Amino acid sequence: MAQTQVAVKDATDQLIEKYGFDDHFHDHHDGDKYQTNFITHYIFSMDHKMIAKQFLTTGIFWAIIGGLLSLIFRLQLGFPEENMAWLKPFLGKWVVLNDAGIGSISPEFYYAMVTMHGTILVFFVLTAGLSGTFANLLIPLQIGARDMASPFLNMLSYWFFFLAGLVLFFSLFLSTGAFSGGWVAYPPLSALPQASSGSGAGMTMWLLSLTLFVVSVLLGGINYVTTILNLRTRGLSMWRLPLTIWALLVTAILGLLSFPVLVSGFLLLFFDRSVGTSFYLSEIFIGGQALDHVGGSPILYQHLFWFLGHPEVYIIILPAMGIVSEVLAIHSRKPIFGYKAMVFSILAIGFLSFLVWAHHMFVSGINPYMAMIFVLFTLIIAVPSAVKVFNWLATLYGGSIRFNSANLYAIGFVSMFISGGLTGIFLGNSAIDIQLHDTYFVVAHFHIVMGVAAFFGMFAGVYHWYPKMYGRFMNEFLGKIHFWVTLVGAYLIFWPMHYLGIAGVPRRYYSFDSFETFSHFSGMNQFITVSAILVFVAQLVFVINFFYSIWYGKKMKVKNPYGATSLEWTTPIKTGHGNWPGKIPTVHRWAYDYSKGDRDFIPQIEPLSEEEKENMASH
Amino acid sequence: MENTENRSYDRGLEPAVFGLWLGIGSIAMMFAAFTSAYIVRQGQGNWLEFRLPEWFFISTLIILLSSLTIHLSYKHFLNGNTRQYKQLYLITFILGLGFVVTQYLGWTAMHQGGVELTGNPSGSFVYVISGVHALHVLGGLAALAVGVLQLFVLPHVVSRKRKTRFKMMVQYWHFVDILWIYLVLFFMFQ
Repeated sequence: MAQTQVAVKDATDQLIEKYGFDDHFHDHHDGDKYQTNFITHYIFSMDHKMIAKQFLTTGIFWAIIGGLLSLIFRLQLGFPEENMAWLKPFLGKWVVLNDAGIGSISPEFYYAMVTMHGTILVFFVLTAGLSGTFANLLIPLQIGARDMASPFLNMLSYWFFFLAGLVLFFSLFLSTGAFSGGWVAYPPLSALPQASSGSGAGMTMWLLSLTLFVVSVLLGGINYVTTILNLRTRGLSMWRLPLTIWALLVTAILGLLSFPVLVSGFLLLFFDRSVGTSFYLSEIFIGGQALDHVGGSPILYQHLFWFLGHPEVYIIILPAMGIVSEVLAIHSRKPIFGYKAMVFSILAIGFLSFLVWAHHMFVSGINPYMAMIFVLFTLIIAVPSAVKVFNWLATLYGGSIRFNSANLYAIGFVSMFISGGLTGIFLGNSAIDIQLHDTYFVVAHFHIVMGVAAFFGMFAGVYHWYPKMYGRFMNEFLGKIHFWVTLVGAYLIFWPMHYLGIAGVPRRYYSFDSFETFSHFSGMNQFITVSAILVFVAQLVFVINFFYSIWYGKKMKVKNPYGATSLEWTTPIKTGHGNWPGKIPTVHRWAYDYSKGDRDFIPQIEPLSEEEKENMASH
Repeated sequence: MENTENRSYDRGLEPAVFGLWLGIGSIAMMFAAFTSAYIVRQGQGNWLEFRLPEWFFISTLIILLSSLTIHLSYKHFLNGNTRQYKQLYLITFILGLGFVVTQYLGWTAMHQGGVELTGNPSGSFVYVISGVHALHVLGGLAALAVGVLQLFVLPHVVSRKRKTRFKMMVQYWHFVDILWIYLVLFFMFQ
């Protein structure tokens, strides 16, 4: 196989042939063992590239579901008086008809939709869909490894994710409804089956699904960290890694340290629900009856949840930051500005993310002096974040920028990250948080800074590495339509929400009928809903483009279409198992030698020239 | 982590061993969360004080001893002393079972002493935390059981693969041992 594929040797092949490292992978009796038939190739695949595609397509599926759910509750918020009877064929008993035949969405269903939208987007799309996809695709390819340290655990990681999704999907169709107590699942709503109709079977399945999900994250994370630290090719020191790999490394470490804490919290919750312990439940009366639970602390759950919950937002955003750094540098034809500062800011964000969890609990009754400490650490996070933003802008400055879909999304990411990051400074202050807590200001903040921004990073990555995944390009025209509608639309959705929030409109409410003070916002809510529908339709353009291009996209004719330096573009166009048909390339320089001297770019596999060696020596 | 021979560059550490350490780090975080939750809840008052059952101290001795025996078994395995290696390995397995049994007796003693799983959270915490630890010991015992099987079936060959596996087994076993000592000291003095 190796001989037929590299019949014509280009300069890249010659470099690998000359300086590469022969690990006898293809001579080895089990080197190619993983892909033999349809099932082991497409379904129970142990090849990291196929697993990446599985994560991505599953993530797209969940993004569509999660987006649709948000449209349903946006319809309720924008048009609470309208007749929703036309939704009855889809939603059945969750659309309630009154005597006049006017249908409205039932409050239980509305709360379940809000909860499921949060759970699906945070965990299934922006954790598994984002870092699952790009960690699997990029880690072995960019570090010069044949595959992950354990392809088997890698496969299990996907299938646990799949199983978690199956359970959650099924819970949407329960006759009692999906869990409806918010994606954070605070007790007592989550701990007492009698609290609401979704707190029974819906919550049990939510808990099971999320536990399976954590198993997936841990199996994946162990694999990613082990692979990055142990399987790098010769010459690829940590300071020569592309920033994508640094970001994915810190992401995986955050996951390994924080998700087990969530499991602890869930286990105690399980005991409260099913065994009758009182970890979180204190004296509660339901229907005039006192429950047996005595002496529990619901705040305890909040501590455990947010000890995961806050690192989780960096688990979501760091891979996007890594992708954006890489895409911006390649498409500006400039070395990334401040490489080491970028690495240190990733590490600083990762470290600080463990010291700020209580800023989600400022109004839960924590000691104001304790809150001060958390305010301090929260605001310090602005420093590494600002370093990153400055470096991205400085990378763009004076570059020969290509305005393709991938780079537009990377630039859009920077815009979103600035807009959303600034409101974080408001919310991080415990005094201002008293007014803004649990209002639409919070909704606007986190949707822009980690929802839309992370999506932008993901889109940048998908458009950029699509040829590496499928050997074809996505359509640029459709990509640009997708970008501009999404960019403008996302601001149209979330910008007005800041005003709602400053006025004190609380999030998660089913309707504001009985609040005279919020009545003049109904026009704004309609506007937001219409914008949301528009943005959702634009995402369908992406989905169509994605699947159309798999079969009919423009073919990738050269190995390295963007003129990129990193190792993934030295593999054959149709990358087989083991990634390189012959030797493994070795690395001689960092990943960002763009516009160096009279060269447009110098790949990492090219040894230093005599001139470069002299320059190094003289420094 | 079977793909160890695929790496191009030897960094002196088996990826599988490194992966185990990451797993151990995750498990440690889980227990850090449990014990932090314990401290937070204890600080809020309404906390039942009770003495740990004596069985827990016996189980501590047992698991300490088993750490010693598995360590010696590994040494004899490397030096080719087949008889000692097998004996000590079997003793480790039996001691591991003994640990789980004494934990169970400890829970029974707590129950008889009036400390219920569904009672005051101070008791619930001890049940749940020691229970989750016992599950991790059972996981180790399952791996040890595979080792026991191999000990009867496979010839005593010190191959790289078996050495790595044995080393990982020893490291994991020491970990659950140290974890339990931490937990007992935590329950006693916190």
